[in-house]
Amino acid sequence: MDVTFLVAGSGSGPTLVLDEPLSFWGGVDPASGMIIDRAHPQAGSTITGHIMVMPAGRGSSSSSSVLAECIRAGTGPAGIVLGEADPILALGALVAAELYPDRICPVAVADDYEAATMAGTIDLVPPAG
Amino acid sequence: MLDDDDRAMLHGQAGPQVALAMRIVSGLARASGARRLLDISAAHIDGCLYNGQASLDFAKRLAGARVRVPTTLNVSSLDLLHPDLIRSDPETQGRARQLMDAYTAIGARPTWTCAPYQELTRPAFGDHIAWAESSAIVFANSVLGARTGRYGDFIDAAAAITGRAPAAGLHLDENRRTGIIFDVSSLSTGLKRRDAFFAVLGLVVGARSGGLVPAIVGVETATEDQLKILGAAAASAGSVGLFHMVGITPEAPTASQLTACTLPQIMVTTDLLSAARQRISADAGAGHLGSVHLGTPHYSANQLDHLLDTLGGRAVRLSLYVSTGRDVLKTWGRDDELAALGVTIVTDTCTYVTSITPIDSGMAMTDSAKWAYYAPGNIGLQAVFGSVEECVESAVTGHLVKRDDQWT
Repeated sequence: MDVTFLVAGSGSGPTLVLDEPLSFWGGVDPASGMIIDRAHPQAGSTITGHIMVMPAGRGSSSSSSVLAECIRAGTGPAGIVLGEADPILALGALVAAELYPDRICPVAVADDYEAATMAGTIDLVPPAG
Repeated sequence: MLDDDDRAMLHGQAGPQVALAMRIVSGLARASGARRLLDISAAHIDGCLYNGQASLDFAKRLAGARVRVPTTLNVSSLDLLHPDLIRSDPETQGRARQLMDAYTAIGARPTWTCAPYQELTRPAFGDHIAWAESSAIVFANSVLGARTGRYGDFIDAAAAITGRAPAAGLHLDENRRTGIIFDVSSLSTGLKRRDAFFAVLGLVVGARSGGLVPAIVGVETATEDQLKILGAAAASAGSVGLFHMVGITPEAPTASQLTACTLPQIMVTTDLLSAARQRISADAGAGHLGSVHLGTPHYSANQLDHLLDTLGGRAVRLSLYVSTGRDVLKTWGRDDELAALGVTIVTDTCTYVTSITPIDSGMAMTDSAKWAYYAPGNIGLQAVFGSVEECVESAVTGHLVKRDDQWT
């Protein structure tokens, strides 16, 4: 999988492909890792341990701290692969990596987003050097 | 991307906290495609609202640093002036207090308001600033002509500590130009005078602008409070961080400049407003009304005056909460008059982010599109949207009063 890292790190797992952008604030419950935005097509799915594949981020800048809280609580994704760069999610993962260095959640933009949605499992490997 | 001072901060010459802050600023710059950082002259931090343990862990890591620019603080999860109002459990309140203390300890002012441009600080036209809180961001960019990105948790404090922000987004000229036009000239002048019109217009603009900068044409006059109301609604229904209003806001193009461009244009009709209004308002017949919520964003002194005038000495039968900044309240000085009529004044926080209203108290009415947008998800109350006059009549009579003829 060719990607450009916004937050570098290793992560692998089955993909959770989101059909629409998701706001973590109001959209994900950090206690359970479940998508709670009832209007979202993947409502009820659990992000924990998955590589989230999503077209873009959405909504409130408070999503940064909700993603960081998920990573802290151990309910976060194994990684996030985006169709386009999202500063808010990058920020959440970046700060979580600073605070909880044993729980890295890489965030990357796929060179071929369509391929990412078809992959089934994704193994994110940080660039050498 | 970084200059010598930035690199010195990054390498820890100003201490590990500043190095952490610079890693966050430069990390965001990378993620947003910025080629350099720029100096900021002020910051507004919203990370002081308790959002879980991670927000507190982060704030504690900053201990020992000092903000480099004048920095104000957004609403918190407590009301320090009226502590008995808060219903959250003591443990959560304790962590919320630790979070507030962590931010004042790095030199941010204990302002606790989402409207720092009221009574406190006014960035000048063209100033680069780093503000968080979506309604404050859109006010600073649109009404003051200052320049801030759409910042939020973590980056707000990191920018305050380093005095730097990525040169990206709304800091740059090319991202401040009109991309879509909303024409309200077909609507009646009477309608366009009402505060509630600006709230609902904001919803339409927010939902239909996508990532583009909207320009509104056809508004003859607007008060600063009305621009605040419009911006807060637009930033709730969409990702608007800047709007222009022709003839009103400082960076707005002229009508003839807009005509010369071929931009997408939306004619705003009463039908469009009505649909937007219904989308954020619960079915008024769905239950009894239990409380009324004003002051999101925090009310100005003029709005507090108008509230007192509208009450006209009548006491409220329902709980009527009005949120405002502690500094606005101090200057205004008539809180005893409101309290005598049974109005509950909330400072330092807001009734849609903090547990203040009992959840079993029935439906809630508000004059704020933002409150109506977020309260159902945040605190589990169903919201009915109405004008401040409808809200006051409802609170005074004890039952829901709606005047739909105001919308033509």
